[in-house]
Amino acid sequence: MAQAEFSQSNSQSDYLQQIRASVARRELISRLFGLLGLLVISIATLILIALVAQLFVQGLPRLNWKFFTSFPSSDFNEAGILSAWVGSLLVMLTTMFIAVPLGVAAGIYLEEYAPKNWLAALIEINVTNLAGVPSIVYGLLALGLFSTVLNLGESILTAGLTLALLILPIVIVTTREALRAIPSSLREAAYALGASRWQMIWDHILPYSSGSILTGIIIGLSRAIGETAPLITIGALTFIAFLPPSPIQSQFPFISFEWLTAPFTVLPIQMFNWVSRPQPEFQVNAAAAGVVLILLTLTLNAFAIYLRYRLRKGVKW
Amino acid sequence: MVDTRVVNSSVMERKAEVKNLDFYYGSAKALKSVSMVVWDRRVTALIGPSGCGKTTLLRCFNRMHDLYPGNRYDGEILLDGVNILEKQIDPIEVRMRVSMVFQRPNPFPKSIYENVAYGLRVQGITEKSSLDEKVEKALQGAALWNEAKDRLKEPAYNLSGGQQQRLCIARAIATEPNIVLFDEPTSALDPIATSSIEELMNELKEQVTILIVTHSMQQAARVSDYTAFMYLGEMVEFNETNLLFNKPADQKTQDYVSGRFG
Amino acid sequence: MTAHPLKPSGKDLQFTQKKKARELKERVIEFILFLAAFSCVATTVAIMYLLISESVLFFQEVSLVEFLTSKDWSPLFDPPGYGILPLVSGTLTTTAVALSVALPMGLISAIYLSEFAAPSVREVVKPILELLAGIPTVVYGYFALLTVIPALQWLYLPIGPFLSNVLPNIFPTELAGFNMLGAGLVMGLMITPLISSISEDAMRSVPINLKEGSYATGATRLQTALKVVLPAAASGVIAAFILGVSRAVGETMIVAISAGLQPTFTFNPLESAATITAFIVQVSLGDLPHGTLEYQTIFAAGLVLVFVTLAFNVIGYFLTKRFRETY
Repeated sequence: MAQAEFSQSNSQSDYLQQIRASVARRELISRLFGLLGLLVISIATLILIALVAQLFVQGLPRLNWKFFTSFPSSDFNEAGILSAWVGSLLVMLTTMFIAVPLGVAAGIYLEEYAPKNWLAALIEINVTNLAGVPSIVYGLLALGLFSTVLNLGESILTAGLTLALLILPIVIVTTREALRAIPSSLREAAYALGASRWQMIWDHILPYSSGSILTGIIIGLSRAIGETAPLITIGALTFIAFLPPSPIQSQFPFISFEWLTAPFTVLPIQMFNWVSRPQPEFQVNAAAAGVVLILLTLTLNAFAIYLRYRLRKGVKW
Repeated sequence: MVDTRVVNSSVMERKAEVKNLDFYYGSAKALKSVSMVVWDRRVTALIGPSGCGKTTLLRCFNRMHDLYPGNRYDGEILLDGVNILEKQIDPIEVRMRVSMVFQRPNPFPKSIYENVAYGLRVQGITEKSSLDEKVEKALQGAALWNEAKDRLKEPAYNLSGGQQQRLCIARAIATEPNIVLFDEPTSALDPIATSSIEELMNELKEQVTILIVTHSMQQAARVSDYTAFMYLGEMVEFNETNLLFNKPADQKTQDYVSGRFG
Repeated sequence: MTAHPLKPSGKDLQFTQKKKARELKERVIEFILFLAAFSCVATTVAIMYLLISESVLFFQEVSLVEFLTSKDWSPLFDPPGYGILPLVSGTLTTTAVALSVALPMGLISAIYLSEFAAPSVREVVKPILELLAGIPTVVYGYFALLTVIPALQWLYLPIGPFLSNVLPNIFPTELAGFNMLGAGLVMGLMITPLISSISEDAMRSVPINLKEGSYATGATRLQTALKVVLPAAASGVIAAFILGVSRAVGETMIVAISAGLQPTFTFNPLESAATITAFIVQVSLGDLPHGTLEYQTIFAAGLVLVFVTLAFNVIGYFLTKRFRETY
């Protein structure tokens, strides 16, 4: 009797040991995978940091006051990004001026006014679709429509229109999400006091969601600053040795819009131009332009992320 | 609570009257031939089990249903003799005359002052002294003035739940409306805040007509002069509160107030 | 707006009769907002109309058969060749290289972030991934041309001669300064955050009771991730993959800078070639008189690009909708 019991408990403990071994093995594999995941992310980040660092090492020394205030030139020592950053600034101004009202208005319509019919669905599908169109196609659109048919030429206005359409989906989606976050109880409270729909939107919805909408606008801006392909297609020249006419004049009416029709270049195009040159010194210039570009886009993105973080902590509906 | 004003239908005025009201959410009929009277400067309560249509009926009085597609009224609600459900009548104008206090306090993310002033601004009052005076009057009427007078510019969200609801009441009475609708106003509040709101209603009714939806029979018995019992979209019984609770005419009313079903 | 009399009563309601001025103002505002929203439809229509009309002009000169089947793309030569296959092969190869990097890296990091990582780790990593995606593509192009490709060339130096003796048709003796491998690798790095975030969203939206059921049987995190979460999030992951492909196909600057601008019909990533997008950029850099055949070629190329990316985007959209709807 004792013999049988002994052999039975033996195989039981064998069985238990097998189970424990299996569990331990699976746990180990699982933990290894966890390490692998962390490794993959770290490697990607490290590669990126290495690439950016190398860019900075090459380009940072080149950044000086002269670099920012000189025009491009075939002499690599004389070359600078003056026309490029001024062009970028003016193009961004134009882009924002068009994209923000258009995008926020569209977002308001889709979220607050649109009835649930085929037309609203069509618009929504188009917004999603446009978000996935390659940026160079926007350049083709600009070339065919704005440049030629509307005769706006290779100008800052064309560039602004093109980039505005490019980032429009970003602004629209961000606006819609910001509006959606406002609880309907607040809307009903406003209506119950006799507000009309537009009063409710203007007095309540927009002020409450402006922070989130701003975040989306900043992200769109950061995207637009780095865009190259559509502007090349329009015909932004890569060698511009002059500045567009100043918006501020000394005579009446003191503000000029002539700069809108001027030819231009932007930072990423300048960088592209320099990268394409064989001489290594131009590559240093390209790195310097790249440093400026990265600092700009990363600062904007970081600011947007920070804003979003602060907003999430702040408002408790 | 004994109301020492004359409880006599020949002397009291009809502030509002519902006449054979049907209401449809799309194709579903939520109110069936509802009729009742809302007496001037009295508290009228709507009670009944969940889904009976009391909130639906309440929201007809300020045409909140117009905000959402697919809703339809069939019948009349007379306010001072004028049918407010008519298509030519602007719901915005109705809402300037009939205000609402909601179930969960929903002050705007603005200052205390701006919360109360908003309804006034919507009605076109922009002059600062006018606004100041009316805001103070409203906050006093809501028994919030003493607590708020030094904090008028502070965010409304800093107030406690009970205070926020009183702020919403102040917001609702600032425009001196004809009727104030209360949609289960104390269901989200603790007992102390609840009783302070109930006391407030007792004071308010001297100035303004009150229509209140409540889940609690006891609250209806405490605050209202008249009670309407609804069941499955129909007006089952409408009477003076003590009569409805102590000598209900309908068997269903009797079952509900004695707690046979809820 | 006129002020109301004190204590507006119900009686004067009948005289207000839907304030006409307010109604009009609200209607006008609504219409303006509608126009803004409709601009998206107008943009799509404009794009399609433009691409199609210019392509129609193009195909009046060039036969569709030659366009789709010829392997000679030399529009500026005499006689010109208009076969788009070399551009397509360039696009496909760079895309394939990019996705072979981005898919495993994106998927692994998505699984890690969704099933393994502590919330504090997620809080740090997610912004980093977002910043990664925010670097302009021209800068990535610089990385490809001036850092990655030289590194690849250096790595290839010892093994090149040996490999080219064994398989001379595939392996060159030394790696060219422009090649699709370098461009593709950098593109893959750029797309990884996209694939990671969409896949991770899909995995996080798998209901927690499914995961808990798996853990309750004694499964490890990895087993749960691979056997429960991944299959449940499959449509989302596929959507991520498809959207990644679409992004790679449409990418311009990285390939224009580092993959080469010579249309060559090849699927060998060690060679240099031009993609559809690089071709459009290259032509745009030159003089483009309106109405010429060269002008029309970029629209024909653009049309092919739009068809391909549209197809991918539509599939990806429906898959994303499906994984959001199922739960």
